[in-house]
Amino acid sequence: MTATGATPTIVLVGHGMVGQRFLEALAERGLTATHRVVVLCEEPRPAYDRVALTSYFSGKTPEDLSMTDMAFIEKEGIELYVGDPAETIDRESRKVTARSGLVVDYDVLVLATGSYPFVPPVPNKDAEGCFVYRTIEDLLAIEEYAKAKATTGAVVGGGLLGLEAAGALKGLGLNAHIVEFAPRLMPVQVDEGGGAALLRTIADMGLSVHTGVGTQEIVTDDSGAVTGMKLSDGSELATDMVVFSAGVRPRDQLARDSGLTVGERGGITVDEQCRTVSDPHVFAIGECALAADGRVYGLVAPGYEQAETAAATIAADEASFTGADLSTKLKLLGVDVASFGDAHGATDDCLDVVYSDSRSGLYKKLVIGRDGELLGGILVGDADAYGTLRALTGSVPPVSPEQLVLPAGSGGGAQLGPSALPDEAVICSCHNVSKGTIRGAVTDHQCTTVPEVKKCTKAGTGCGSCVKVLGQLVNAELEASGVEVDKGLCGCFSQTREELYEIVLALRINKYQDVLDRYGREGARGGDGCEICKPAVGSIIASLAPTIGASGYVLDGDQAALQDSNDHFLANLQKNGSYSIVPRIPGGEITPEKLIVIGEVARDFGLYTKITGGQRIDMFGARVEQLPLIWARLVDAGFESGHAYGKALRTVKSCVGQTWCRYGVQDSVRMAIDLELRYRGLRSPHKLKSAVSGCQRECAEAQSKDFGVIATANGWNLYVAGNGGATPRHADLLAQDLSDAELIRLIDRFLMFYIRTADRLERTSTWLERIPGGLDHVRDVVVDDSLGICEELESLMAAHVANYRDEWAETINDPEKLSRFVSFVNAPDTPDPVVGFVPERDQIKPDLPLLTIGTRPLEGSAQR
Amino acid sequence: MTLAPETTTLKVQLRVDDAADDWFPVCDISALMPGRGVAALLPDGRQAALFQDRAGRLYAIDNRDPFTGAAVLSRGLIGSHQGRPFVASPLLKQRFELESGRCLDDDAVTVATYEIRTA
Ligand code: SRM
Ligand SMILES: Cc1cc2nc3c(=O)[nH]c(=O)nc-3n(C[C@H](O)[C@H](O)[C@H](O)COP(=O)(O)OP(=O)(O)OC[C@H]3O[C@@H](n4cnc5c(N)ncnc54)[C@H](O)[C@@H]3O)c2cc1C
Ligand code: SF4
Ligand code: FES
Repeated sequence: MTATGATPTIVLVGHGMVGQRFLEALAERGLTATHRVVVLCEEPRPAYDRVALTSYFSGKTPEDLSMTDMAFIEKEGIELYVGDPAETIDRESRKVTARSGLVVDYDVLVLATGSYPFVPPVPNKDAEGCFVYRTIEDLLAIEEYAKAKATTGAVVGGGLLGLEAAGALKGLGLNAHIVEFAPRLMPVQVDEGGGAALLRTIADMGLSVHTGVGTQEIVTDDSGAVTGMKLSDGSELATDMVVFSAGVRPRDQLARDSGLTVGERGGITVDEQCRTVSDPHVFAIGECALAADGRVYGLVAPGYEQAETAAATIAADEASFTGADLSTKLKLLGVDVASFGDAHGATDDCLDVVYSDSRSGLYKKLVIGRDGELLGGILVGDADAYGTLRALTGSVPPVSPEQLVLPAGSGGGAQLGPSALPDEAVICSCHNVSKGTIRGAVTDHQCTTVPEVKKCTKAGTGCGSCVKVLGQLVNAELEASGVEVDKGLCGCFSQTREELYEIVLALRINKYQDVLDRYGREGARGGDGCEICKPAVGSIIASLAPTIGASGYVLDGDQAALQDSNDHFLANLQKNGSYSIVPRIPGGEITPEKLIVIGEVARDFGLYTKITGGQRIDMFGARVEQLPLIWARLVDAGFESGHAYGKALRTVKSCVGQTWCRYGVQDSVRMAIDLELRYRGLRSPHKLKSAVSGCQRECAEAQSKDFGVIATANGWNLYVAGNGGATPRHADLLAQDLSDAELIRLIDRFLMFYIRTADRLERTSTWLERIPGGLDHVRDVVVDDSLGICEELESLMAAHVANYRDEWAETINDPEKLSRFVSFVNAPDTPDPVVGFVPERDQIKPDLPLLTIGTRPLEGSAQR
Repeated sequence: MTLAPETTTLKVQLRVDDAADDWFPVCDISALMPGRGVAALLPDGRQAALFQDRAGRLYAIDNRDPFTGAAVLSRGLIGSHQGRPFVASPLLKQRFELESGRCLDDDAVTVATYEIRTA
């Protein structure tokens, strides 16, 4: 039945979120191998994450949002036409014509054209300064206009998207207004009580909310640009721009024009297999489809299910889409809002159990059925229990509903763990993954970590709201299946690094041997420890030194024996046994005099010099006995250790910033120097890197750092948990528009929280990915002080800053320490003969052949 | 009242020739920090790495790291595994047993050991 001859053709119109998912489903079913697949994509870029659209304003780039792996498209042989929408469909001869004139014959046509934003028909709705909020292009236009021409912005519509848009306007520095026709915010998701809690919190943030009023007219000036809007209560609101967010409508015009049946209120009518009721060769999925249950779904999860259904049907497998859950959990402007199941209590004879505390903006409602079963609910202000409650929907909860809504710690509150859930409970609604499937991933597929389970089941890879529950389930399952998850640091300790940190801090233990003898594993007590726990505990002791009464100098007393080899010599060991030397150059700023000193020292000792990737200078090829002589000269010239050898702060890179650069909006060099000097010498689970950029052009690459700072017109944006290296990760925005003092306070807390809770050799990036709750949790702890530990974190950092001393200055003034810097204990003046160099490009490099002489048989030695 | 023996005057010695009862003096015992090592240059140009563990026991092995050729084993961290002492190379972290010289990460590799004593 092919139209084109040999290979049957599937044409997809619309490459949005659902379209992309449909392509993946085709590939998973092997259909890309048996079919020609052609995609017509209207937007100038392939599919991206529309759900996360607003994160563009918190620093995500359009590339970050992309959902399309071009390698996948190529590998599957998919023909993707970007920026070329379908214009007409000829169902008779089964041809689609695109704007470019391209004509494609199809055997199967799949429409995934999504929605368009509804703009109410008010006068001047198309004036200059009026926008909608749907695509990356919309956001770019809003951003440009807001920056150039606006100080005030109004959003029409107080639903989910309206609130996001209003938050974005506020983030752009505008006075933001929300105008909502209904008497409350988010009328679809929350009830009156929830709306009231939300309203209070949002008004507290400085957004002006006008509920119960409609927009009657957009007012413009002579040039036709927006100056305000007339409201239905007779008042007028002055505003420089308007964003319409008054709902969406299915994009079904193409279907209408080709004679396909559409619903009364729009949407392409399809059956349970997502096939159009008018034409067996045509399917419709996603927001443009009117599903068999008579609804048009405006959420991504049901769209994904439809994509699976259509692909399965095309593959002649059984599948159907009969309807979906409308549960949502969002963090809107920092407020948790969730609704699930029958949130509005539409079921006969149901009862509400409500907890409401307007002071703290909390509102929780559960809808309970006649037989005590949980039907649905609304959570505002604290939606931690969402994952568990959603999964419990339909069953009778194991504890009383009152206990479920009371806040934890109030006496009556009960925290329901995921162990209470039945196996059929859907944990991840984005990918429809049940608890049973997740358990199976652990028991049958040997997954032992959350990332493995995510990969195996797809759970947690959509909106992310289920990841917390997922983590709890995986751990519970591992423990239950008797897999001995030895989380211990090493063979000597059954505790994690975090637990050892707490032991050292709480008991003020400042000797490694005391920690080992009292808390080590049975067989390890009284022993010598190992090369894993010694430096780890050494690092904990060094991070906490002033607080636990240890010396802040890592070579003091028995701390010296714990340090990794590099720390023990305060330099980096190279492959031939020589060392490199990296003096600190804070922020990368250096005077000509100091540059000359480095040049002279390197010349006098014959060292190889190189500019590093960290904006400083590395000198290589020093013999161990030369280290003190070199450092004596450097310390004398005002240099200090750069800790290139330590798991400690490395560099804070800077761009030239406001002082010279025409774009700079803050003094990035000064801030970089301040930060580098503040955190220098801070020992941590892994190395720490930072950077400060003077504007969002980001020349210092701050978003690839453990903590990165980018200047804004109003202060500083703080990004955390970025990483270069083997597994690069873009940093996440932690907080915006901070003053100098706020910035430093937040970094203090962040670093100390990381040092406290990370595993050994765990960079901030892997740490953030691992800890339950991720970025939200870290923000709760360090910004909102949810654990009440911020004061302690700050004082620990204050103690570190006050006690910092340069360890090289300390060392060259201590003859006992200096005696260790020799090649041979019995011949202090003799250099190690295998450390040799040969010339290369006017400098030196290690003489590697010299190292092989050691392979000559050692006469007279007992062993071989 | 008895005086503790003056330990600083104790000399660490290595037997450099198995055949002869030839003990080579290296350094004072106080030069060895428990948990870390030092290197010694032997009369024939070989290098030995000397260690003292927490209990005061002494060990000596060849200083050369057989994986890289660099003379650095004396700069590794020592530890104990199932009661047996080892040093981890500071370059690529392989462990070597201090008593036998056996590499715990590669059966085919062993470094020489030396008899060591104080006198
Ligand atoms: C010297 C330098 C290369 C250069 O010539 O430019 C360098 C050299 C080394 N890097 Fe690096 N890294 C250098 C900048 C970087 C950068 C760029 C930067 O900092 O902007 C990165 C990527 C950014 C990042 O870390 O996120 C980088 C990512 C790594 C990694 C991978 C870390 C990761 O999280 O994946 C390692 C391995 C490790 O730490 O486990 C590493 C490890 C090393 C070590 C320490 C390897 C070792 O153990 O011997 C090298 C020792 C240098 C020495 O002996 O002096 N180096 N290294 C750079 C020193 C910068 C400085 O002034 O301190
Ligand atoms: C700011 C924002 C936040 C959101 N937050 C959430 C959330 O938290 N949770 C949630 O579940 N959902 C959320 N949504 C909704 C979610 O984005 C949509 O449900 C989802 O994108 C629908 O996918 P789709 O593929 O059907 O449509 P779309 O993603 O809109 O894709 C349709 C694509 O088809 C293209 N197209 C249209 N006509 C043609 C043509 N003739 N030829 C070629 N191409 C064409 C369009 O240009 C578009 O690129 C949000 C939406 C927005 C805008
Ligand atoms: S980040 Fe901005 S201020 Fe800094 S150098 Fe680049 S363009 Fe200039
Ligand atoms: S519920 Fe959205 S990712 Fe699991």
